[in-house]
Amino acid sequence: MKQPPPIFTGILAVFAISFAVLAMAPAIQLGGLQPFVDEDVGDIYPIDVSGVQAEGRAVYVSQGCVACHTEQVRDPSEGADIERGWGVRRTVARDYIYEQPVLLGSMRNGPDLANIGTRKDPDNPDKYTVAWHYLHLYNPQGVVPGSIMPSYRFLFEKRKIAGQVDAEALKLTGADAPPAGYQIVPTSEARDLVAYLTTLDHSHPLKEAGPNVQPPKTSGAGGTAK
Amino acid sequence: MSAAEIEWIDRSLIDASVRTPVMFFFTTAQTWLLAATLIGFVCSIKLHWPGFLGNWSFLTYGRLWPAYTNILVYGWGLPAGIGSSIWITARLCRVVLRAPWIPIISGIFWNIGVTVGVIAVLAGNMQPYELLEFPRQASVLLFIAYALIGVWGVIMFQNRRPGHIYISLWYFVGAFFWFPWLYASANLMVGSPHVHGVVNAAVAAWYAQGLFGYFFASVGLGTIYYLIPKVIGKPIHSYNLAQLGFWSFALFWGLTGMVRYTGGPLPVWYSSLSIAALILLLIPVGTVGVNILMTMKDDTHMVYHSPTIRFTMYGIVAWLVGMVITILGSVREMDPYTHFTQFSVGTFHLLIYAFFSMTMFGAMYYIVPRLVGCEWLSASFIRLHFWGSGYGIGFMILMLIVAGFVQGGAWNDPGSFPHATEVTDEIMPYFRGLSLAWIPLIIAHLLFFVHFIAMLLRLGQPSGEATLFAPIQEGEHHP
Repeated sequence: MKQPPPIFTGILAVFAISFAVLAMAPAIQLGGLQPFVDEDVGDIYPIDVSGVQAEGRAVYVSQGCVACHTEQVRDPSEGADIERGWGVRRTVARDYIYEQPVLLGSMRNGPDLANIGTRKDPDNPDKYTVAWHYLHLYNPQGVVPGSIMPSYRFLFEKRKIAGQVDAEALKLTGADAPPAGYQIVPTSEARDLVAYLTTLDHSHPLKEAGPNVQPPKTSGAGGTAK
Repeated sequence: MSAAEIEWIDRSLIDASVRTPVMFFFTTAQTWLLAATLIGFVCSIKLHWPGFLGNWSFLTYGRLWPAYTNILVYGWGLPAGIGSSIWITARLCRVVLRAPWIPIISGIFWNIGVTVGVIAVLAGNMQPYELLEFPRQASVLLFIAYALIGVWGVIMFQNRRPGHIYISLWYFVGAFFWFPWLYASANLMVGSPHVHGVVNAAVAAWYAQGLFGYFFASVGLGTIYYLIPKVIGKPIHSYNLAQLGFWSFALFWGLTGMVRYTGGPLPVWYSSLSIAALILLLIPVGTVGVNILMTMKDDTHMVYHSPTIRFTMYGIVAWLVGMVITILGSVREMDPYTHFTQFSVGTFHLLIYAFFSMTMFGAMYYIVPRLVGCEWLSASFIRLHFWGSGYGIGFMILMLIVAGFVQGGAWNDPGSFPHATEVTDEIMPYFRGLSLAWIPLIIAHLLFFVHFIAMLLRLGQPSGEATLFAPIQEGEHHP
């Protein structure tokens, strides 16, 4: 048996270093993170809501939302995320311990969604409600003129009105309005997706993330309405 | 028989033994490149015309984009690189291919894996991590296929004729080893129910970054180190520089992954370490650049004659420019303006296309005639391919990099651009430019495909003189 030449040893060694530092170290350092518990006030964060979010998270993954949206808020020294109203503090590793798969993302063709569930537009109280999300997914340009988000109308169905109009039926006008006697209703996928989006919240105070800042009072802080 | 004749027969035997697997990898790679071109063009149109082909879930941007990047990487890039490294490895080990069925089986598994993976992505069955989107069914096939290539490579290396180990072989042996480990460990960790939260993201970043260095840069640089000295007929400028370049590259590259999470939720030391490692990569980038350019110093006129030299020189210049831009864009002062923007798509294309794919085109122009026994049909076709690919990708990268800075600047200026639509309005002209940039690329890829198929059907010019852009004058060196 010939001795393996030094090139093999070297190649294995550099790979082992890379694996240890960038894959094993995070697993050891961060894999065992526990929720933050404040026993005095009975406060626990994060709470495992992965059961509620699982279906909607799967739709988010399957539609590839991550191609244009992130779910992470950076420190003010690293970017204007907080100033823009995307969060009240930076997000940290502990925020994500129950998230599987984690959807940090790497591209912002659209706004960050880490706190889309808590977002408010002082000028338009209807914005970011469940009904608004349905309209937005059905026809983004209908509620946000100039948006480059594609329509997800294949997550909705046209159904004949039998008796009463469905409570979730979209209030569509103009060219989008369904023919008389019909209504547009969300499929279970759209319902799950919106349930997921409206529970997305990484704003609970955490010691390692520093103090929360007050959200700015400017209109359209969420960064979509015109 | 003279020694030269024996050598010639030797080479012919080696070439004949690798013909089927190499041509199989090249042909499938070419076909996937056309698919990537089509899908990439549609993605680009969707950025400025969101309603385009918008009624079907399998054509939504969120699925087409990962389909495009995965086809470009796993359909075109890896098989082209595997084909090139099989041929060069056989030549450098100077042994007839052992067990040719290994790479052929591998090629079949690989392409089934890519097909399954792309269909799954279009159907929405994917993982949300860059270049790890393929579901388990596909990644297992890809792993088996590549592991076979790795085993084959090591067998070849161990049976090589004694003598000096040329620098290209270092890079190829590295790629044969690194990629299957990287791919297996990343897929196992990301897919494991015991790994959650940001650890998944860290592993995914480690993988995506590793793929570029430990496969694409390794195979690209190994190919360039072989082709350039071979065509101009001169040894590499400095062997010590080449070794320094290899080891510093191998060590530092593996630590750069967390630049993808600068400012993100991971503890800050990860990104600090990765930024430092990325800056240290200037050492191998510089040494490789100096080494190749010094080797070419007295033969720069060859870019006017040899297609192989012209494409690989484009590749090495793109490597230098691409790495410098990547490093500059990743330092903390610049990161807020480049992170999460089209800038990263720009550097992706710089490395995967302007550097790696252009190098592979150059390699194919050199290798294919030696395998099929005829020369390329038309120098004009090659010239058009070069201009289409070269200008197309150059313009596209320019658009993406500028768009990235505009996008990053606008997101970071909520006072002037409070709404998302105002940010996208700013970059809309660049998105339109991007679609324009695809047109020369489409023409170039179609031309190259036709030209390649003609070679496959042995419709080329009879063997003898290589097809050159311009004849080489007296006193110039023959390729």
